Amino acid sequence: MESPEEMLSPRAATIAPSELPTFSPAVRTALFDYLLRLGDDRLILGHRLSEWCGHGPILEEDLAIGNVSLDLIGHAQAFLALAGRVEGKERDEDRLTFFRGEREFRNIKLSELPRGDFAFTIARQFLFDSYAALLMEKLQSCRFPELAGLAAKTLKEDTYHLRHSAQWVLRLGDGTLESHAKVQAAFNDLWAYSGEAFVADEVELLLAKELGIPDPSSLKAVWVERVSALLKEATLQVPADCFMHTGGRKGLHTEYLGKLLAEMQIVPRSYPDARW
Amino acid sequence: MTTTSTKVVGSNPGGEWPVWEVFLQEGEEGSPHKHAGSVHAPDGEIALQNARDVYARRGKVRSIWVVPAVVITASSPSDAGPFFDPAQDKVYRHPQFYKAPRGVKVF
Amino acid sequence: MDDAVKLQAFEDKIARGEVIEPKDWMPERYRNQLIRMISQHAHSELVGMLPEGNWITRAPSLRRKISLIAKVQDEAGHGLYLYCAAETLGIDRSELTEQLLSGKAKYSNIFNYPTLSWADMGVIGWLVDGAAIVNQTMLAKSSYGPYSRAMIRICKEENFHKRQGYEIVATLANGTPEQREMVQDSVNRFWWPSLMMFGPSDKDSPNSQELLRWKVKKKTNTELRQRFVNLTVPQAQALNLTLPDPDLKLNEATGDWEFGEINWTEFNQVIAGNGPCNKERLKARCDAHEQGAWVREAAEAYAQKQARKQAA
Repeated sequence: MESPEEMLSPRAATIAPSELPTFSPAVRTALFDYLLRLGDDRLILGHRLSEWCGHGPILEEDLAIGNVSLDLIGHAQAFLALAGRVEGKERDEDRLTFFRGEREFRNIKLSELPRGDFAFTIARQFLFDSYAALLMEKLQSCRFPELAGLAAKTLKEDTYHLRHSAQWVLRLGDGTLESHAKVQAAFNDLWAYSGEAFVADEVELLLAKELGIPDPSSLKAVWVERVSALLKEATLQVPADCFMHTGGRKGLHTEYLGKLLAEMQIVPRSYPDARW
Repeated sequence: MTTTSTKVVGSNPGGEWPVWEVFLQEGEEGSPHKHAGSVHAPDGEIALQNARDVYARRGKVRSIWVVPAVVITASSPSDAGPFFDPAQDKVYRHPQFYKAPRGVKVF
Repeated sequence: MDDAVKLQAFEDKIARGEVIEPKDWMPERYRNQLIRMISQHAHSELVGMLPEGNWITRAPSLRRKISLIAKVQDEAGHGLYLYCAAETLGIDRSELTEQLLSGKAKYSNIFNYPTLSWADMGVIGWLVDGAAIVNQTMLAKSSYGPYSRAMIRICKEENFHKRQGYEIVATLANGTPEQREMVQDSVNRFWWPSLMMFGPSDKDSPNSQELLRWKVKKKTNTELRQRFVNLTVPQAQALNLTLPDPDLKLNEATGDWEFGEINWTEFNQVIAGNGPCNKERLKARCDAHEQGAWVREAAEAYAQKQARKQAA
């Protein structure tokens, strides 16, 4: 049985981050914003997924979804930590997570939509995983070595997530009439939020030029092809082209994010001097 | 996107997915697969994913086998005598039974 | 062999410290006791996800958030190992689920209490998992093979839970005055329910004697409860936390920390379904199960379609 001392002994130290390369002010500002985007996408989505804990439709799926949630929040931790170092104002990943206001979050709207039922969760996850895997695949060859390394690591988990969500899209689409209807409705509702990730603005355009970060608009065609193929295999209709909602990348979110953040941030904000 | 396997077994109409036994190869390369427990799943692909999530969250798992419980044939305890005891007294199966001449390296 | 002979052989096997496996002959009573014990344990893991799950969305740092999700996930996993162990005794998972959701089956009382502050996450890990470890370490040597193997797996994972909990408690105890107050309040609420986790005292425990003889249990409730108290008091003292028991005092002769009388009225009320969260816990599990039916059916339908395609 462990003594108090044994229980409190420090864990192995995390790997010390390497020195950052020198960036021009313009690149530094853009890179900070970009890293927030990568981190926030996963933080918010991971948070939504974690709402399933204890409420999953099957115990095995509860565990599986929990795994994905853990991975995503772990990715967020890494991207936000790097963002903080790039910004250079001593904000670590917790500071960025718990003390930024809604207008400073840079996730796509797709991430912040409510948890929904299992069909909605799987459909949203599949759309995100398809994008994430493509993005990380390209990002691992960017010219910022630390970010490239992070992308390579993240890609492994993204690949597994995609396998999981794709398999469930197949089972729900080509399962019963009820499951088919539910997951079709989910894709129909989500479609208008699926385009935001592929819009390139001045941030990505500058970083594509300076650091070889992938231009997200270049990913769209492949994404459409892969997603359509899987939906068809699942006997689902690919929703028609429609107006795509944007704004998340500029901190203009849906009304859902504010409430999510109010819940997520309440404890540290209530005790601003405390450490946890 | 193709799957590794959608092997299925007779599912029960009670709505409960069938049981699959899980075998893991952990640790050193070349080590045998050991029985870890079981999971419920509707088919092989989901069984594999569930097994990975339930049993392979920690530690070095190199390979997973999932096998529908219904296809496993097992010896029963009452077989133990006829099945296993005779092996104990067949000494000629053991290397120690055989003498090698002094000074000769057999292996 | 007739039953009396088989029973004697069975009892001898256990007396020799041998392990019983699923296909071995066993008396019906042994089988039923084990099903009851294992399934109660499994249900507890499942329901136990809820009081902690309540704070996942409000965890105050990313590291705490990740640890908490991992802990709750572990609990799901433990439930799974245990349901599988119970199934080796010839009962279906769907039957076990029905027993839980209908209110027929019991689960550990502690999970019928609400989690009212972040500090509860630390205190639950420290006290509740701590109590579970004291219980489980003994069960890892249980006479029934599948249960004992599941318990070995679980014990390995449980250690992380307790350490995590104690670390949270220590951080709060050494933090701001508000944090200290938060964790002391949490201890005040969870101490007695943790002691109740060991069940009624031996004279009031109808199943104990039989379970001891069959080496399913190896120690009595009273022994385990005392062991837990002896381990935990120094841990509280190390952090300057008080335990809400004015009768707590060290018996220099035996080395035991003697403690006050447990409120058995409260214990019985909670078991009877009148605890603060009994209804909510059961409703959450029922909802999850009902809302999951269409998902389970869809996966089965897909599997059957694929099978027909393969056969064709």
